[in-house]
Amino acid sequence: MNSFLDSKTFNWLDSRYNLDPIKKLILHKKVPVHKHTIWYYMGGVTLFLFMIQVFTGILLLMYYQPGESSAFESVRLIVTKVKFGWLIRNLHSWSANLMIFFAFVHMFSVFFTKAYEKPRELTWVSGFLLLVLGMAFGFSGYLLPWNELAFFATKVGTDIVGAVPFVGEELKLVLRGGQDVTGATLSRFFGIHAAILPAIFTLILIFHLLMVQRQGMSEPEFFKKLPENKKKYISFLPDFALRDFLLWLIVFYFLIFLALFFQWDLGLKADALAPAPQGIKPEWYFMFMFQSLKLLPPHIWFIEGETFGVLFFTFAGLVWMLVPFIKLKSEKFQKRNVIIITGIVVVAFIVGMTIYGYLE
Amino acid sequence: MNRRKFINGIMGIGGLGTLGAAVYPVLEYLVPPESAEPNVSSLKIGKFSDFEMNSSKIVKFGRIPVIVVKDEKGMMHALAATCTHLDCIVQYRKDAKQIYCACHNGVYDIKGRNLSGPPPKPLEQYAVKIIDDEIIIKSQKS
Ligand code: HEM
Ligand code: FES
Repeated sequence: MNSFLDSKTFNWLDSRYNLDPIKKLILHKKVPVHKHTIWYYMGGVTLFLFMIQVFTGILLLMYYQPGESSAFESVRLIVTKVKFGWLIRNLHSWSANLMIFFAFVHMFSVFFTKAYEKPRELTWVSGFLLLVLGMAFGFSGYLLPWNELAFFATKVGTDIVGAVPFVGEELKLVLRGGQDVTGATLSRFFGIHAAILPAIFTLILIFHLLMVQRQGMSEPEFFKKLPENKKKYISFLPDFALRDFLLWLIVFYFLIFLALFFQWDLGLKADALAPAPQGIKPEWYFMFMFQSLKLLPPHIWFIEGETFGVLFFTFAGLVWMLVPFIKLKSEKFQKRNVIIITGIVVVAFIVGMTIYGYLE
Repeated sequence: MNRRKFINGIMGIGGLGTLGAAVYPVLEYLVPPESAEPNVSSLKIGKFSDFEMNSSKIVKFGRIPVIVVKDEKGMMHALAATCTHLDCIVQYRKDAKQIYCACHNGVYDIKGRNLSGPPPKPLEQYAVKIIDDEIIIKSQKS
């Protein structure tokens, strides 16, 4: 590392652009070592999987053709005729799921270690937005192969959007590109999936990462209280980065294993005049919301059950996003427990509802 | 009001106006135009004698999918095929002689009345006429 800082190239650039911030990062960034250090790696894994998504997504673009009469056929071509096409598609599908899984793990680990507190409020907000965008990636990508399951899941998903008060119908029309889910919906979802989301996601990701670099890793309460000589650190470069890299390799091999042995089904082509098949399910990360909606009675007070559910999850999401700004008036000790218990209830609710959804 | 405030105000109003002028057409652009599907009032869907007993088929009535059923007594029924719950396409169950939606197990009777499961409303009925062995379905809304 130091030899790089002494190199001619670096000096050439440094004398023109003043690379002090980079020097500081390389020489001084350190990562605390304690019993929760493992969670510092989760964001990195999510980042790695996003890079896989960009790479495999661009490869899929070489053959994928949106359109009612070409989308399904082009994906079939990818998985049957194109050399290693099946591998690329399997990687893209599996990595999408792993990416969202790790984003959830990352978010909850940040929550439970209370790393979102001052001064990292905006890092939390941007991270939450990244998760929401990740789910939007999944929802829009799911339709692209234009198969039966995706077609009906998208019908149901966009119909739920129609339950939003006042603007719901309009929103549904804009999402679908018409009254029904048709080729027009497919065009829109393709544009959203392969152009709009990557652009917005990348911008917010850069913001997120810049803030993490600027502030360094958060230190949990118990670590901060240790006497200075008891605090252990490792350097970011190369120690932490190498470990990061090792974990990426492990995740990569796991991903390859999944992609090699667990074929992502293509199923039957969507047909607007065929009855819905058995087993229409949203992707697993929507299951907890979907299952909750199903359990609601048709009417709650004076509003429809679905509308109530959609409002509830929107509100809950907003509160969750703004958690760092919520000040509880009680003692510090109590506050800690309130937060932890809330977190446990949220995780239990999500996990419970997801399992319930799959058991039915 | 001094000159600086005045200019800031003008710039502010101009800026907002420009922003609005840019955003409005984009929002309008995103709302799809009314579909130009013809407004059908009746549709021939095939020969009565060719239609198997206790079977069904789904046809497109304008932009609306309609499920046409010939029951085990030879009576014809036509219903909107779009589930009133969350938009899935329903099917005729030969064994139960009911209309069924596989998405969330919604069940309707042959007249489209919602019997069980999540559907909140009945399926809309269409009139069926048989003229010279030709099955014709008609919207009941005028
Ligand atoms: C720049 C980034 C990306 C590009 C260019 C891209 C492109 C594509 C293309 C062309 C398809 C259709 C081919 C196919 O269905 O196999 C697709 C499908 C899909 N994408 Fe992406 N994608 C990107 C990022 C993502 C991300 C970040 C996620 C999820 C978090 C994601 C999730 C999906 C899913 C779930 C599918 C459906 C897979 C299937 O069933 O075949 N994509 N994507
Ligand atoms: S869409 Fe038919 S039961 Fe839900």
